[in-house]
Amino acid sequence: MSARVMQARPPGDERADAMIQHGGSGMPTALVGMLLFIASEVMFFGGLFATYFNARASSAGGWHPPEGGHLDLPLAAVLTAILVASSFTMQFGVWAIRRGDQGKLRLWTGITLGLGILFLAGQLYDYSQLGFGLSDGVFGTVFYTLTGFHGAHVFGGVVGLTIVLARATRGQFSGRNHVAVEAVSMYWHFVDVVWIFVFSTIYLLR
Amino acid sequence: MATTTLEPQASEYRRSWVLDWLTTVDHKKIGILYIVNSFLFFFAAGILALVVRSELAVPGLQLVDQDTFNQAFTMHGTIMLFLFIIPVLSGFANYIVPLQLGAPDMAFPRINALSFWLLPLGGGLILSGYLFGGAAAEGWTGYTPLTNRAEGVGTDLWIIGLLLVGTASILGAVNFITTVFKMRAPGMTLFRMPIFVWTVLVTAVLILLATPVLAAGLIALFIDRNYGGSFFDPSVGGNPILWQHIFWFFGHPEVYIVILPAMGVVSEVLPVFSRKPLFGYKAFVFATIAIGLLSFSVWAHHMFTTGAVFLPFFSFMTALIAIPTGIKMFNWLGTLWRGKLMLKTPMLFALGFISMFLIGGISGVMLASPPIDFHVQDTYFVVAHLHYVFFGGSVFGVFAATYYWFPKMFGRKLNEPLGKVHFWMHFIGFNLAFFPMHQLGLSGMPRRISDYSGNPEWTILNLISTVGAFLIAASIIPFLINVVATFINGEPAGDDPWEGNTLEWATSSPPPPYNFDRLPPIHSERPLFFLTHGHGHAAARPADLEEEPSDDVEHRGGAV
Repeated sequence: MSARVMQARPPGDERADAMIQHGGSGMPTALVGMLLFIASEVMFFGGLFATYFNARASSAGGWHPPEGGHLDLPLAAVLTAILVASSFTMQFGVWAIRRGDQGKLRLWTGITLGLGILFLAGQLYDYSQLGFGLSDGVFGTVFYTLTGFHGAHVFGGVVGLTIVLARATRGQFSGRNHVAVEAVSMYWHFVDVVWIFVFSTIYLLR
Repeated sequence: MATTTLEPQASEYRRSWVLDWLTTVDHKKIGILYIVNSFLFFFAAGILALVVRSELAVPGLQLVDQDTFNQAFTMHGTIMLFLFIIPVLSGFANYIVPLQLGAPDMAFPRINALSFWLLPLGGGLILSGYLFGGAAAEGWTGYTPLTNRAEGVGTDLWIIGLLLVGTASILGAVNFITTVFKMRAPGMTLFRMPIFVWTVLVTAVLILLATPVLAAGLIALFIDRNYGGSFFDPSVGGNPILWQHIFWFFGHPEVYIVILPAMGVVSEVLPVFSRKPLFGYKAFVFATIAIGLLSFSVWAHHMFTTGAVFLPFFSFMTALIAIPTGIKMFNWLGTLWRGKLMLKTPMLFALGFISMFLIGGISGVMLASPPIDFHVQDTYFVVAHLHYVFFGGSVFGVFAATYYWFPKMFGRKLNEPLGKVHFWMHFIGFNLAFFPMHQLGLSGMPRRISDYSGNPEWTILNLISTVGAFLIAASIIPFLINVVATFINGEPAGDDPWEGNTLEWATSSPPPPYNFDRLPPIHSERPLFFLTHGHGHAAARPADLEEEPSDDVEHRGGAV
């Protein structure tokens, strides 16, 4: 709603008024845009997953990390738990602001932001311990590309959460006007779901 | 017409002329920026085409060395596709779609500006390879292992430039789809949308879903080239064929990305200049959707000779596309049938589209058959086919759109005699340039070579082709003279110079900011036609007649 009203228009423009009245039902415009953007992101990760499965299918000597390297399943499982939990805390924040509860929005957004940063830190620590690099054969290449681009998307989500938290601190959201919170939460859930696929593909489907 | 006046006090924000264009978020100005930018790249890529054709005019290496030649055809293909055809059609869509929907602007005006400004940046990066030791030279398809082993930064600049252009496309697609679903005027149901809007919608969905896959592939290529990755390097477990899969998973929908909006343009032009409604509106819409769906299941027909794909499936799916495309042919022919044809320049280009695209479609079905494809893979037959589709199809559509919508954009009509000179030079030059390539390909001349053996058949066909290419280039001269002369002293167009059907003709030329003060009632896909011609014609469509409430008649009476 808010995005539409915020579009500049000349005073007394009947057309724009009619548009708000007639075209304003259903999902807010900004969320439609976010959903479509997420659809394109799904295809982007689809492309990366295709490179992963292609490399795996054409690998001759079994599918495993290069000599001297290993995958840290327990740490990855902990990171998975952190990211899944952050999806819940994000949703609690959304439900809070739908009720108009600004304090709870700040609380849950802050917790989500903390969990996101924790995930990124954990991933960087994981990278430092694995014992193989991006240029060590095709396993290293697809592993770091897939997890790295997911990490980049988490970072994008962290930036979005920071903006939401800053705006929430200034009291810019209300029960009626919080489309940015909804949009960032959609994106955050998407990043979480992608991680579940990345985790299952790399760590579980062995 | 009374419906088009806008109150003069509509708040206008004073800025200098340059700053106004640099910072505009008005979809009409952004559309014009898109179109001007695209035509600049068109001229650059056209000059590169002349370099290629000049070198090939006669056997031997006369003009350029092999590396320069490789750069020329690579940049020609890349710029023509990614920085001319796709963006110029996006430009027309930017200008026209909100008008045809009766909307004040696109859904996200500022993202719209961002999508535009990424284009000159990306295109500049791609071309800047020439300044840093040579542009990319592996063909517009960038096949590995050529690309992941190519020396020099030209290929890296090509990758980064394409990523930026692709990002622009994706943001534009989000914007178009959201605009179509959220910004339609009251009464503008999905099945009352003009055909051009439908084709832009399906195109946007294809862009949204196909372009990110190319982005993933480009990033993989960049990692291979710069960070020691091995996606495409078989010595450490990679697979060079993977690039072809990724590229064509994007590349085949891309073919429809460049042809569908041009089909939409033709489907707007034909009814207006035949004085008839489009024959089979819904069939056309469903055919467009069918082409969009099928386009995701045919990519491997570019890869028949790799031996890595299942030939019967991809051959069959490719042949299936001929069905919705054939439906469209019947839509167009049925529209022309017993119409009152007016052979103005936009109509000539639309008819040129139909005839040339038909030839490209037929050679496309031939190529869908693996035995023929094995014979002509990577020959000039493929070059002939793709130019009949891209140039005979899309570019003719672009010029139809230019002549058709120019009066709306600038308030003046392009000169008809000059337009006809342009068309005929263009049409004859096109066929001279590209028809002989069919025969060259069938007799085995490979594409992307800078020299060939001097057998008499190849030499004469190549020479004809080169003459045709220069005739196409020359045809641009009357076009440019026409544009300049029209700006200086063109015939004023008025709001509706062609007696159009759709809403863009209901506002002034050029339209005011925010497009409409008041809209005519929308009860069909031709609201303006019913506004100006009333019930006499509507009687042929009882459904519309019943829907039209009586107060519209009074409104119309007041307006005329």
